[in-house]
Amino acid sequence: MMAIGAGRKAKVDFVKGTPVALNGDALVAHAMRQVHPDVVACYPITPQTILTETFSEFVANGEVHTEFIAVESEHAAMSACVGAAAAGARTQTATSGPGLALMWEMLWVASGCRLPIVLHLCTRAFSAPLNILGDHHDLMGMRETSWVMLSAETAQEAYDNGIQAVRIAEHPDVLLPVASAMDGFITTHSVERVELLPDDAVAEFVGTYKPAYSLLDLERPVSMGPWDFHDYFFEHKRQQVEAMDRAREVAIEVAREYGDMSGRYYGPVEPYRMEDAEVAVVIMGSAAGTVRTVVDELRQEGVRAGVLRIRLLRPFPSEAVAQALSGVRAAAVLERSITYGAASNGLHMEISSVLCSRGLSPRLESWSYGLGGRNTTPAQFRRVYEELLRAEEGARAPLAVRYVDLRE
Amino acid sequence: MTLKGWRELNPGAVVDNPGSTIEVETGSWAVKRPVVDLDACTHCMICWILCPDSCYLTENFKLVGVDYDHCKGCGICAVECPKKCIAMVEELPQTVQD
Repeated sequence: MMAIGAGRKAKVDFVKGTPVALNGDALVAHAMRQVHPDVVACYPITPQTILTETFSEFVANGEVHTEFIAVESEHAAMSACVGAAAAGARTQTATSGPGLALMWEMLWVASGCRLPIVLHLCTRAFSAPLNILGDHHDLMGMRETSWVMLSAETAQEAYDNGIQAVRIAEHPDVLLPVASAMDGFITTHSVERVELLPDDAVAEFVGTYKPAYSLLDLERPVSMGPWDFHDYFFEHKRQQVEAMDRAREVAIEVAREYGDMSGRYYGPVEPYRMEDAEVAVVIMGSAAGTVRTVVDELRQEGVRAGVLRIRLLRPFPSEAVAQALSGVRAAAVLERSITYGAASNGLHMEISSVLCSRGLSPRLESWSYGLGGRNTTPAQFRRVYEELLRAEEGARAPLAVRYVDLRE
Repeated sequence: MTLKGWRELNPGAVVDNPGSTIEVETGSWAVKRPVVDLDACTHCMICWILCPDSCYLTENFKLVGVDYDHCKGCGICAVECPKKCIAMVEELPQTVQD
């Protein structure tokens, strides 16, 4: 299990950053500027707009020499990214909710062609009905696409993940596109006190991109994305599985290296007071912070509560999750989405599978919260813990998904 | 031909030998083949122009034969031949391009 802080360097060795007050969108635009991609093809959509506008200002001001392609749609954005990456360019883009959905076809092309594109996902609810606020339907829907996925809790982490994403994507063992997500409006639009690394520190961390193949390399001409008949398609997909599996260790190693540089260490999961936790919540994104205050409150009352935040969503950190939950009596998986018609919600199903295969069977409840940007209060999260505590020893969790703060 | 395992393949199915398509026998699943009566043929080259797979073989501006490795048996040549000297047959005769 990733022990946060293990092997930490002395504080004096970390690169000194500049404290600034920025929202997540603007901060990630800075991360992009410092990474200095060759090509960014982007289409504006709330709540990613500030990110796109800020980055395009950097381009217009000559602060970064990225070729910014103002495409006509998100499908065009990802198509242009695929073309650029295939030509050997370090390529990035950003989108939200319905914008990601419009890219759906090309997300598969990006991963199938093994192109290390980085996408900053500012999560947003899908229409219909129309809702521009943050939830995780887009994040959850993307799990199928063979993209590496990171979910940030704070603007600072979105910046840190966004930089690490480049190294994970371009790693020769991986060569897969990476989505680096932060919560729409909550993280994208809220101003935080954050630390901006110096430009040269980021440049050194991401290094120069050396593409494995390039359509512009006349010495080694290649074709990408060819016709692949039933005799070979399966084998090519098996290769992708291997790349995904290797991405787990690569993500951990890159995070360690980033921690050594910046002083901010992250794991594939972020456990809080889980070591001896009896009851726990598993959650992704910004709400984890709220849940931690509830954990502290319960701990004061003598309840052994903990919270596990999932940071690396793909590849799923099965081992880390199993270890974190191994001693827990009852846990609630809180998802900011609904997996309609499924046996239970998406993450709950994954965690059930992980625990079942290891012979662990705590009471595991499936919950939804915060859809369409609905705020959940500490008191409302606390009620989830109370439900967990109220459950009889050994009683099976209900099959049905339960909802936090839903009016009946 | 032994097929390769997943470990031996290029990531992303990248094709790094240019022009390799010519090695693929795209005609392998044809049901019918064109047989040309070269005595009746006037070498107008309409079949050569219209063939979607460029399967008509020529020498010194004369039609000499068909590339059966790449002919998919679509029959456009037989339909368009003004002399109707191309027959679409299900079995390829033993001697065809003498």
